Amino acid sequence: MGRALRNRAFFAACGVGLLLVVAPAVALVASVFAKAAPAIGTALFTSPTNGQGGGLENAILGTLLLLVGVLVVAGTIGVGAGVYLAEYAPPRVAGPLRTLSEVLAGVPSIVIGYVGYVTFLQELHWGYSLLGGVLALSVLVLPYIVKTTELAVRQVPTTLREASAALGLTRTTTVGRIVLPTAWPGVISGLIVAMAISQGETAPLLFTAGYLDQRNPSLALLHHDVPYLTYVAFTDTTLPAARAQQLASAAGAMTLVLLLALIFAGRVLARRSRRATARMAL
Amino acid sequence: MATSTLRADRGRARIERARRRSELTPRDRVVRAALGVTGAVPALALVFITYQTLRQAYPSIVFNGAHFFTGRQFSIGNSYGGGTITRHGYHATPGAVFGIGPLIFGTVVSSLIALAVAVPISVGAAILLAERLPSRLQGPLGVFLELLAGIPSVVFGLWGVATFGPLLARDVERHLSDLHIPWLTGSIQHNGQGLLTSALVLALMIIPIIASTTRELVRSVPALTKEGAVALGLTGTESVRLVTLPFIRTGIVAASLLGLARALGETIAVLLISTNASTGYPHSVFAGFSTMAAFIAGELDGAFGDSTGMAVHALAEVGLVILVITLLTNLAGRAITRRLAGPGLPVGRGI
Repeated sequence: MGRALRNRAFFAACGVGLLLVVAPAVALVASVFAKAAPAIGTALFTSPTNGQGGGLENAILGTLLLLVGVLVVAGTIGVGAGVYLAEYAPPRVAGPLRTLSEVLAGVPSIVIGYVGYVTFLQELHWGYSLLGGVLALSVLVLPYIVKTTELAVRQVPTTLREASAALGLTRTTTVGRIVLPTAWPGVISGLIVAMAISQGETAPLLFTAGYLDQRNPSLALLHHDVPYLTYVAFTDTTLPAARAQQLASAAGAMTLVLLLALIFAGRVLARRSRRATARMAL
Repeated sequence: MATSTLRADRGRARIERARRRSELTPRDRVVRAALGVTGAVPALALVFITYQTLRQAYPSIVFNGAHFFTGRQFSIGNSYGGGTITRHGYHATPGAVFGIGPLIFGTVVSSLIALAVAVPISVGAAILLAERLPSRLQGPLGVFLELLAGIPSVVFGLWGVATFGPLLARDVERHLSDLHIPWLTGSIQHNGQGLLTSALVLALMIIPIIASTTRELVRSVPALTKEGAVALGLTGTESVRLVTLPFIRTGIVAASLLGLARALGETIAVLLISTNASTGYPHSVFAGFSTMAAFIAGELDGAFGDSTGMAVHALAEVGLVILVITLLTNLAGRAITRRLAGPGLPVGRGI
């Protein structure tokens, strides 16, 4: 009897643990949306921030702009690096490169922001800029893209590569036509994770991208500040005005909406690719 | 016998390498070179970041010496009076002191409290998710881990200041403080900001890293050993304690180290919730404090105003210290992971 009781107590404790994961997540999302509610309306999407008030149009556009930049820069380099590590690099080279990439993932984001400031503003005189922000974010998310791409490419069955080689296709054609298309869902899910991280980061952007009030971001790469959502969420939280705090919560809520959309996209993709592999196995 | 096998292996490796080289067309070689360049970028970025931080920190290292780590106060001085103070050939503003003892203390203590809270919760939740719940529920409940992993740091900060902190201050800290237990008593900050609230929010931020890794580890336990436990008549608890946990213990330690590294380097959430105070050691868990990462983000703007540049260099040294600490923690976690045969661990932020 004592054993059964202990058994039940243990799993009850585990249940409390699970509850302490689920409840704060729900509470946090609900509270941010509740605090943002008074600020939500069409004006949020049609007017830029204005001091402590206004909407979030410029911040939303700026965040999307940064995301596109990260997708281009970190996406290209990261996928290339992942393919290189999985398909081309000799083990003696791949080992250290992989380790250094994983170590890069552990660098605190504020250190990336600091180095970005010193390099882009003090040494290269770019001013606060879109390119600076994109590069800082790209360094931050690069390791995730590299790792997921490498894993996805490695999981492609060797038989496919052998069949391709047996048909006399070159290495490049094999990788480009056979391996990458098969690994694509995994690669894209890595890119989605990178987008989710980028859209929520503040520390690397504070000292590289600056902030632009009252106006929408321009497409200029250098010498133009970029507005973004996390800046509004960060700065306006510390302001006493009720309107500023609502705007901060609204900006936080917008990042959560983006996050949920990305998680949903990742789930749909995973389900679809699972179905595709099941078909291939038959 | 062993040497001859080794020699034969080496010979075979050489033939294999020659064959691989001969199979590559010129186009293949160009593609390989281009991809090789991208492959080197993460490594180069890491080297560059370390180099820049070290270079920026150098004047502060010479100027401050060991006092940097033992000093109790960090102040960029008063530049209105004019003049500079000079030590070892480097200048600083009069009245400037650069000591980060309290920052190191705040960083380590807040992260360790977070870890102590997060590990049991994560492991319990993961065991329940992977072993007990029907697979119909595993997916939907797993989304919460994904969600928690993806919530931006600044949103955690926002929630900590606006909702969680005040709640904690009103319903928990006030009553706890009345008991006059050392470290758990003292004045409570406005909005509940301080060490305890920050540590609890940090715990929430690292739970997904530890829990999702542990969940994968639990799933990797061979079914045969679990079936053996059932056949011997062990209860679920005994099976977890005697079969599952010994199997995944090292993995949990590794995941915890990755979580710890994340907590040590966390910036924006702590900056909002900690009060970013740097004037001495906190005397209770309700007191305001700061961590190294948060302090850099909070003070960098003001440090640009120091015409001698020493304040910025000192913050670079803070960055160097936090960089070294997080990298060592991270590497320790990965060194343990490498010895594991199980599934690979997620990288760092662990979404």
